[in-house]
Amino acid sequence: MIKVFKSKRFYHYIKDVSAVTGSLILIIMLIGAIFAPIIAPQNPYDMEGLYLEDSLKPPIWMEGGEAPFILGTDDQGRDILSTILYGCRTSFTVGFSVIIIAGIIGVTVGLLAGFYRGLLEAVTMRLADAIFSFSTTLIAMLFLGISKNHGIGTIILAIIITDWVRYARTMRGSVLSVKEEDYISAARAIGANDLRIMFKHILSNAIPPILVVAAVDFGAAVMLEATLSFLGVGVPINKPSLGMMISIGKNYIYAGKWWLVVFPGAALVLIVFGINLLADWLREEINPKIMKGKVGE
Amino acid sequence: MYKCIVRRLMQGVIVLLVVSFVCFAIFQFFGDPVLTLAGRYATQAQQEEVRSKMGLDKPFYIQYFVFLKNALHGDFGLSYVAQTPVLGLILERLPASIELAISAMVIALTLGIGLGVLVSLNPRKFVNRIIMAGSLLGISLPTFLIGILLIMIFSVKLGFLPTFGRGEVIKIAGNWRTGFFTIGGLRHLILPAFTLGLYQLAVLLRLTRGGMLEVLREDYIRTAWAKGLTVKMVIFKHALRNALIPVITMAGLQFGELIAFSIVTESIFQWPGAGNLLLTAVYETDHPVIVAYVMITSILILFVNLVVDILYAYINPKIRYE
Repeated sequence: MIKVFKSKRFYHYIKDVSAVTGSLILIIMLIGAIFAPIIAPQNPYDMEGLYLEDSLKPPIWMEGGEAPFILGTDDQGRDILSTILYGCRTSFTVGFSVIIIAGIIGVTVGLLAGFYRGLLEAVTMRLADAIFSFSTTLIAMLFLGISKNHGIGTIILAIIITDWVRYARTMRGSVLSVKEEDYISAARAIGANDLRIMFKHILSNAIPPILVVAAVDFGAAVMLEATLSFLGVGVPINKPSLGMMISIGKNYIYAGKWWLVVFPGAALVLIVFGINLLADWLREEINPKIMKGKVGE
Repeated sequence: MYKCIVRRLMQGVIVLLVVSFVCFAIFQFFGDPVLTLAGRYATQAQQEEVRSKMGLDKPFYIQYFVFLKNALHGDFGLSYVAQTPVLGLILERLPASIELAISAMVIALTLGIGLGVLVSLNPRKFVNRIIMAGSLLGISLPTFLIGILLIMIFSVKLGFLPTFGRGEVIKIAGNWRTGFFTIGGLRHLILPAFTLGLYQLAVLLRLTRGGMLEVLREDYIRTAWAKGLTVKMVIFKHALRNALIPVITMAGLQFGELIAFSIVTESIFQWPGAGNLLLTAVYETDHPVIVAYVMITSILILFVNLVVDILYAYINPKIRYE
């Protein structure tokens, strides 16, 4: 542990304002999401606790705002802050599930494809090309639109179907670049088998670019879930989601009820912005070609 | 070069076949259109009648081949809901979508590349850092949120711009109605086009900046400076041309995303385009419309990718297709 804090990378990290800001934002949002049942003033999905006379209350500092509803309420009388906290849980669940599952599938396939080449590699790469040109968003949208069986699990599945190829492609590239290194020949010479070479020697050297992909992908997955829920093909109406909140709030913007959209929107953007700050730092940290300095330095 | 184009076209046909097969197969397993058509309270006999009328009682492969044969003749069948030919429905809506997509792409390319170059010339300048932070915010804002925020600011608060539909359109050539030539049409276009273009703008800006920063450190740029070329020559002729290669690739790759997000944008602004049609079809389980939409978009995407590849060879002489 102490070794981590003394390392050069950690020193770079702690000196980088945007990386630290990004992490702080994420940690705060994550704590809010995890402890939502404790922190939230109200359980917004317990119908017993909702009263229609509380509906469309403005934030507490505006005229007409009321005590427990710090950020106001929506058309069902749900407390906006509480709904956001619960919605963030969905966002983080989707984000983490996608990067873990798609990551494991993609890394494994990419590793095998890069190591053994041949048919597996050809098929994976063609598939990746096709999926990228058709866009993951479009495919997820159509999948959910057709399947009509919406739960968080289905949404995660819809994202993973296409998302794993990002990891596979990056992984294959890394494998190809380290495969011919001397230390791989050395490992083979002392009798290491394919599995050991792949998962110990190659994988450990190919992790940094995968981390960047995972960070970017996390943000993309969170945004995608919100977009799908916004369009009405995502989470069911009785489940919390930031995208769903914004979709409901959209109907009230002409009536001037801006808080129905602005606060959940801000929460969503904070999560994605936070992870993007981190991803940006990570990308520049592991790529010595991009210098942050002035031209010609 | 021609050989390569022909090969790509053949690959494209294979991709289309696969796409059509997958579409078709998925529909066999999800959602029964008969229920939608005949109504929830239809009797068994009524359901059977609908089923045989639409040819849904035939085996899967026969349905698929009939579909393929008809599709080649431009016949994608009747919409379950509207009971009119699907191709006509989509073609009627397509001009609106294409105009929106082109406007968004023009905004993204000009502003994205322009600002990207500007920022790369002096990355430490305060204004440029603000632009970079803005672009990071730009890629963190989902399209639907951008749309709603723009409506809130420019329509609800300031009352500048309309947010609903296409405004006045003029009919040119056949079914093509355009909003490019009327004041009303252009005013209606501004918000949706920016909504759709903003994300791409941010992506292209960051890519251009990154590319320029790498290229500007190369030896040949130093040589160009040293022999006393003007700033304009060095930046645009020597540096930008090389930095643009990944940008063009990305812009082509993003075309699919552009179509996906045009669905979102069209739904927010009630834009009468093909994306909006697709969403309605999804809600109503109108399979023929979905299939035809997917097939037409696939053709468009394959075509754009081919054009980008040719362009790529044109700006980068290092690449020569065998």
